[in-house]
Amino acid sequence: MSASVRGPHGRRPWKLTPARLGLYGFLIICALFFLTPLYVMIVTSLKDMPEIREAHILGLPTAPSLAAWSKAWFAACTGLTCNGIRVGFVNSLRIMIPSVIVSIIVGAITGYALSFWRPRGAVLLFGVLIAVAFIPYQVFIYPLVRIFSYLGINNSIAGIVTIHTIFGLPTMTLIFRNHFAALPEELFKAARVDGAGFWRIFGVIMLPMALPIIVVAVILQVTGIWNDFIFGLVFAGRENLPMTVQLNNIVNSTQGEREYNVEMAATLLTAIVPLVVYFVSGRWFVRGIAAGAVKG
Amino acid sequence: MDVQGNVSLRGVAVGYGPIRVFDRLDLEIAQSEFLVLLGPSGCGKSTLLNAIAGLTEIDDGEIWIGDRNVTWHEPKDRGIAMVFQSYALYPRMNVRANLSFGLKVARTPRAEIERRVRTAAEMLQIADLLDRRPAELSGGQRQRVAIGRALVRDAGVFLFDEPLSNLDAQLRSELRVEIKRLHQRLGATMIYVTHDQIEALTLADRIAVMKDRTFQQIGAPQEIYLRPANRFVATFVGSPAMNFVPGRIELGTGGPVFRSASLRLELPTYPFVQAPVDAAPVELGIRPEHVIVAPDAADAHEVSVELSEPMGSDLLAWTRLGDLPLSIRLPAETRLTPGDRLRILLPERRLNLFNVANGARM
Amino acid sequence: MRIGSRLSTHLALAPALLIALVAYCGAMGWTIWISFTNSRMLPSSVFVGLRQYSSLLANERWQVSVQNIAIFGVLFIAMALALGFVLAALIDQRVRAEGLLRSVFLYPFSMSFIVTGLAWRWLLNPTLGIEKVGHDLGLAWFRFDWLVRPERVIYTLVFAAVWHAAGLVMAIMLAGLRGVDPEIWKAARVDGIPAWRAYLFIVVPLMRGSFATAVILLAVSVARLYDLSVAMTNGGPGIASEVPAKFVMDHLFERGNVGLATAAATTMLITVVAVLAPLMYWQYRQPARRPV
Repeated sequence: MSASVRGPHGRRPWKLTPARLGLYGFLIICALFFLTPLYVMIVTSLKDMPEIREAHILGLPTAPSLAAWSKAWFAACTGLTCNGIRVGFVNSLRIMIPSVIVSIIVGAITGYALSFWRPRGAVLLFGVLIAVAFIPYQVFIYPLVRIFSYLGINNSIAGIVTIHTIFGLPTMTLIFRNHFAALPEELFKAARVDGAGFWRIFGVIMLPMALPIIVVAVILQVTGIWNDFIFGLVFAGRENLPMTVQLNNIVNSTQGEREYNVEMAATLLTAIVPLVVYFVSGRWFVRGIAAGAVKG
Repeated sequence: MDVQGNVSLRGVAVGYGPIRVFDRLDLEIAQSEFLVLLGPSGCGKSTLLNAIAGLTEIDDGEIWIGDRNVTWHEPKDRGIAMVFQSYALYPRMNVRANLSFGLKVARTPRAEIERRVRTAAEMLQIADLLDRRPAELSGGQRQRVAIGRALVRDAGVFLFDEPLSNLDAQLRSELRVEIKRLHQRLGATMIYVTHDQIEALTLADRIAVMKDRTFQQIGAPQEIYLRPANRFVATFVGSPAMNFVPGRIELGTGGPVFRSASLRLELPTYPFVQAPVDAAPVELGIRPEHVIVAPDAADAHEVSVELSEPMGSDLLAWTRLGDLPLSIRLPAETRLTPGDRLRILLPERRLNLFNVANGARM
Repeated sequence: MRIGSRLSTHLALAPALLIALVAYCGAMGWTIWISFTNSRMLPSSVFVGLRQYSSLLANERWQVSVQNIAIFGVLFIAMALALGFVLAALIDQRVRAEGLLRSVFLYPFSMSFIVTGLAWRWLLNPTLGIEKVGHDLGLAWFRFDWLVRPERVIYTLVFAAVWHAAGLVMAIMLAGLRGVDPEIWKAARVDGIPAWRAYLFIVVPLMRGSFATAVILLAVSVARLYDLSVAMTNGGPGIASEVPAKFVMDHLFERGNVGLATAAATTMLITVVAVLAPLMYWQYRQPARRPV
């Protein structure tokens, strides 16, 4: 430091001003606010019931054990049966995988058709799709239940997959259409001049160029479908209840002694899949929000 | 508010992380001087301006404005004002608010704010725009407001970061004149960044030509134009571009001679910077307007006209000297057909010789 | 367009068209129709005019629901916007560990509302949760049993929902902040405008688009509030935290009053349209005057 003889020279020394301190302080407090529920869930799931009753929820477990996790996975009671939440986990997978695939395919094709081919009424159809995205599900549910039971697909995997496709269509179409609309139209025109038709252009040219948006779509759908509760409750049927519904049953339908550690373990187990997706996808998750949030 | 305006850069080095952008730049700018930093994109001129403004931190060296060492000062405490390429007006405020916002924040008394806003508005002819929003103004008007915002600060040094680049050609020449008038009226020091050599030539008291983050030449416009220090400066400044003829220096009994395939020029009085070396490869440069058409001269060279470009105010003739292209500026009324032959002279005092190896002036 | 391509296009759009007609328009229309009938457990075709609606208005559970959703909506949107914006502005100050902080603020958004509700329910547990922490730290007077106090329980839902959504608002705001012309920041620095004033008077007015997007998204999730209330309080204590979506679901499936439920659903629909349509109109009118 050359302060004494020379005076200010080169880089300004970094000073911890009160403002900077306040900034970091506030951010740290907020971070704690955001992390506390997760922290509490984790430590509670590692304690045993006496400790939960004695100590307070912010304390670390004295003898951490995974007993509660094991019980939650294998033996928790979801209503009448006590086979653990792994049943729900498997169901959620059985629901999620076909739903993600079907909803993305339908969304991609619809978005593609609406962006490049623009048949008559395309604007109207797109408008209807977008409008529906804002309307509460309760407006549609009852008639859909009746239609599905008439078709025989109520309370089945086919039914819930169809529902997820139906209600995922607006967002999926939106993001695919916007993505395709941003591609240069010359690409499309050149392919038409070369004689390619609707499906060939889609499969050979557009789909490979849609890889980034497919990743975004997968993230959005995996998270959305895994976290879904209301549709699983109504349309999946008793044998196919997803994890979220089972979780709610575990917690809200227990008579007598509540085992908080098991409940927290079950909650965490339900949260793991989307959390992993979130942390693995990083930037892409934010891109997904941006794509879904920019409505038109 | 101190109105001191001389700026001094001493050993300034700027880096982004491990990359050094400049190293050890020194520059002295006198009070009331209009200095233009001229160069192509990426030459570092904007970075240097930002460093002077205090918007970019420097890694080494000192910056002095007036008699104060402002190296660690925030931009607002350096006695500067700045005009940006994209105008950077505060979008949701009207013109009056844009001009007075900084003064309000600095708790200037309201009467003083009024006075300054009025003066600036009159100087820039934007007095009837004071209640409009930026979105309602044209590009030229927005730039005037941006200059006005700088004016009200009563600063000693004005910094301009390519302010006219976003305007069309006509507006550019209008505002160029305004800026020059402003400089004459205010007498403030002005440091102006641009890539447009016409702006540099018309506005500057001195030009600092930059390339690859070093100064290529610093001098008065005429100096830069007539005696460029290297090939880059010679090419960058002046339009239409200088003609270049590759050749060699021959040292004979009669003094140094320039020799190329189709040209032989004696150079008895050429002011060599270093002593010429025999058989050194050089490039000869001469500007199109310096070529003299002399039909009766005995030692004239002959060129054949390939085509001519009438440019309104004059005519640019593209000719061939042997197999070398040579452009010549001629009066607009000249009648030429392709194939015509012209006799020309290349006056020695207008010649520029450049070392082929490093482009430096010889 | 070639015949083959035209046929393909229509074929490709057939699923979307079918869905739009049947699942969207058809279902919506049927719901509205049923609300004018006297359906109970199953749909009937007896037209009774607006009788369901008047029962609805007189229904105490519905009145509480509407009141709750209004309070929740206003508080949730205001707090999520404020917190999200502040977080974005702070993170934008070139802080260290920006990526880490962003992850911490955004991860709740990846979690289900059920998980969110259960976590907060545990955290705010009257005997074993935060209140006990206060007691254990020696603050015997500390009370935080809002979860079981009818007049306070709705606020607990607000906390949980803000925790869930603030990260989303932050992400939207950050994107908006980064879209501001950097030369405006420079001009403000040269003018000596302090950071907080620059944000408030210069930048926020420029971010109308981001604010509108955030408000619209938040408003949509207010209307959809169901999972969270089921998990956290199940409408309790009593009916103190009932919300419209839950009212509809309960009456459709458990209480067997389809007519009343569809009337409630239609009311929700009308409200959403009434609130969002002007917002969307205002948002889409703007593009003509993009700020400089």
